[in-house]
Amino acid sequence: MGSITLKQVTKNFGDVNVIRPLDLAIRDGEFIVFVGPSGCGKSTLLRMIAGLEDTSSGIIEIDGQDATQLAPAKRGLAMVFQSYALYPHMSVRNNIAFPLKRAKVPAAEIAQKIDAAAKMLNLTDYLDRKPGQLSGGQRQRVAIGRAIVRQPSAFLFDEPLSNLDASLRVNMRLEITELHKSLGTTMVYVTHDQVEAMTMADRIAVFNGGVIEQVGTPLELYKQPVNKFVAGFIGSPKMNFIEVEAQANQLTRTLGVRPEHFKINEDAGMWTGKVGVIEHLGSESFLHVHVDGIGTLTVKADGDSPIRSGDQIRLSAADDKIHKFDAAGNSLNATPVAASQV
Amino acid sequence: MSTNASFRSKVFYTALAWLISGLIFFPILWTFITSFKTEAEAISATPSLFMFEWTLQNYSDVLARSPYFDHFINSVVIALGSSVVGLLIAIPAAWSMAFVPTKRTKNLLMWMLSTKMLPPVGVLIPIYLLFRDFSLLDTKLGLVIVMTLINLPIMVWMLYTYFREIPHEILEAARMDGASITEEIFHVLLPIALPGIASTLLLNVILAWNEAFWTLILSAANAAPLTAFIASYSSPEGLFYAKLSAASVMAIVPILILGWFSQKQLVRGLSFGAVK
Repeated sequence: MGSITLKQVTKNFGDVNVIRPLDLAIRDGEFIVFVGPSGCGKSTLLRMIAGLEDTSSGIIEIDGQDATQLAPAKRGLAMVFQSYALYPHMSVRNNIAFPLKRAKVPAAEIAQKIDAAAKMLNLTDYLDRKPGQLSGGQRQRVAIGRAIVRQPSAFLFDEPLSNLDASLRVNMRLEITELHKSLGTTMVYVTHDQVEAMTMADRIAVFNGGVIEQVGTPLELYKQPVNKFVAGFIGSPKMNFIEVEAQANQLTRTLGVRPEHFKINEDAGMWTGKVGVIEHLGSESFLHVHVDGIGTLTVKADGDSPIRSGDQIRLSAADDKIHKFDAAGNSLNATPVAASQV
Repeated sequence: MSTNASFRSKVFYTALAWLISGLIFFPILWTFITSFKTEAEAISATPSLFMFEWTLQNYSDVLARSPYFDHFINSVVIALGSSVVGLLIAIPAAWSMAFVPTKRTKNLLMWMLSTKMLPPVGVLIPIYLLFRDFSLLDTKLGLVIVMTLINLPIMVWMLYTYFREIPHEILEAARMDGASITEEIFHVLLPIALPGIASTLLLNVILAWNEAFWTLILSAANAAPLTAFIASYSSPEGLFYAKLSAASVMAIVPILILGWFSQKQLVRGLSFGAVK
């Protein structure tokens, strides 16, 4: 109940290949996040799974059945949209009841399911209101309620939190994660926010230019990115890249060090630079260090670090924390996890 | 200084607006007043605006001389009939253009609009011959057909514009929720687009009610709407200004009342809050 398999799936808009041939197996019950910059094809792929976009070629299987040509409603999936997409002329109750009415569920059962969903989502007091009378967070919960009552085999979320303000987003993030824990239903979640991806996902698929660069657990992507793109996209602030001169017999062209993996030394270090802007976040500070010949490196320091803007500091990093990339940007570190996990 | 200048310009533009409104409204006012004059006063060389002997004689003459209510019913049937039939065709057409456009949708819309740029008299003879051969002359059905056809481009355009304002995601949500295309249109699209549909309907009722080219040419006694009723007072036996005015007022009043009552209905922003 709830596995989705993509086999050599592609999508073309005219001459533009939005999705290159792509394989992905989404396991039953897992929370998978599609993450990537805008225009990378992640939302398009989600809409293809939903059936809202045609698939140019390839096969989409849901629970082992070929669903490529099925109408959206026949796929047993529920979708939560970025704009909530509530029916503005219906009360919350009727919004949630809509899919059940379409499925000709008996009225008594509809009422019971609405009550259960409303209780779960704290919407009981708002059932008779129209969407226009609700706050953004409440609207999002109604959208989730509408999805839950159908008891879909998988939930599809298309950037559901991007219209909410920052604090609400953190709350909803938790609520959705808890929902996943209690329902145990497969969730496919699209976002461009790598923090959402890292905090919510069982597995993350990193998209770029219509291809999946890497699929893995959040920590796998953080520790063993297969290429520069994934390395730069996962982690905040992003990884520092340091170009190295081309030498014979050496494949490494770029070194990658995360801000939190730099060590600040008094006397010796691999890189020496002058501290520019310091961003104080309280518990930690981010130093922007100008290093001659390299550029600006972002370095994480303690919140109470005595370093001031203008100071000269020396930086180093442990060998096992330095990522090495070849000329094509692929990781040279051992045991990449890309292909085997797909 | 600047407040003074802005005050003066405000006064100027307000006065200008009243003047232009007055100019536009004056013929209607004049028609209304003339309808209460005797025929002699109506053609008097020194017409008076208010200082004359007010009479209802013209109204009773007009009601006695022509079957006003038959014309009224014809007008209602033609205006409403053509608007409703038009909507039934225009809604699915606008739906497909707004939500599943193709490369040629824009051209199609332009082509539809271009038919409105053709002077109607240009197709007079073919239409007349078609009507004659299909025995549609002087029938309400014939007038409903021709009104539907001439107003259809405007209806499709208006609905297309309204539908385009409706976020696709709401219709996609309905599709995910298991709604068929008919359910999607009836349960989601139409209720959301209701203000737009109502104003489209109203505008077309008004246009069809006032249309006086095809109705005069294609109708005689049986199907003649109020426009033909007005025109009958400016013909062979000579001009009867006062009776003509009374007939005009009687033809205008129903549509004026309709417009007055429906305007509030049209400005409800139903889709507010659907999408952030």
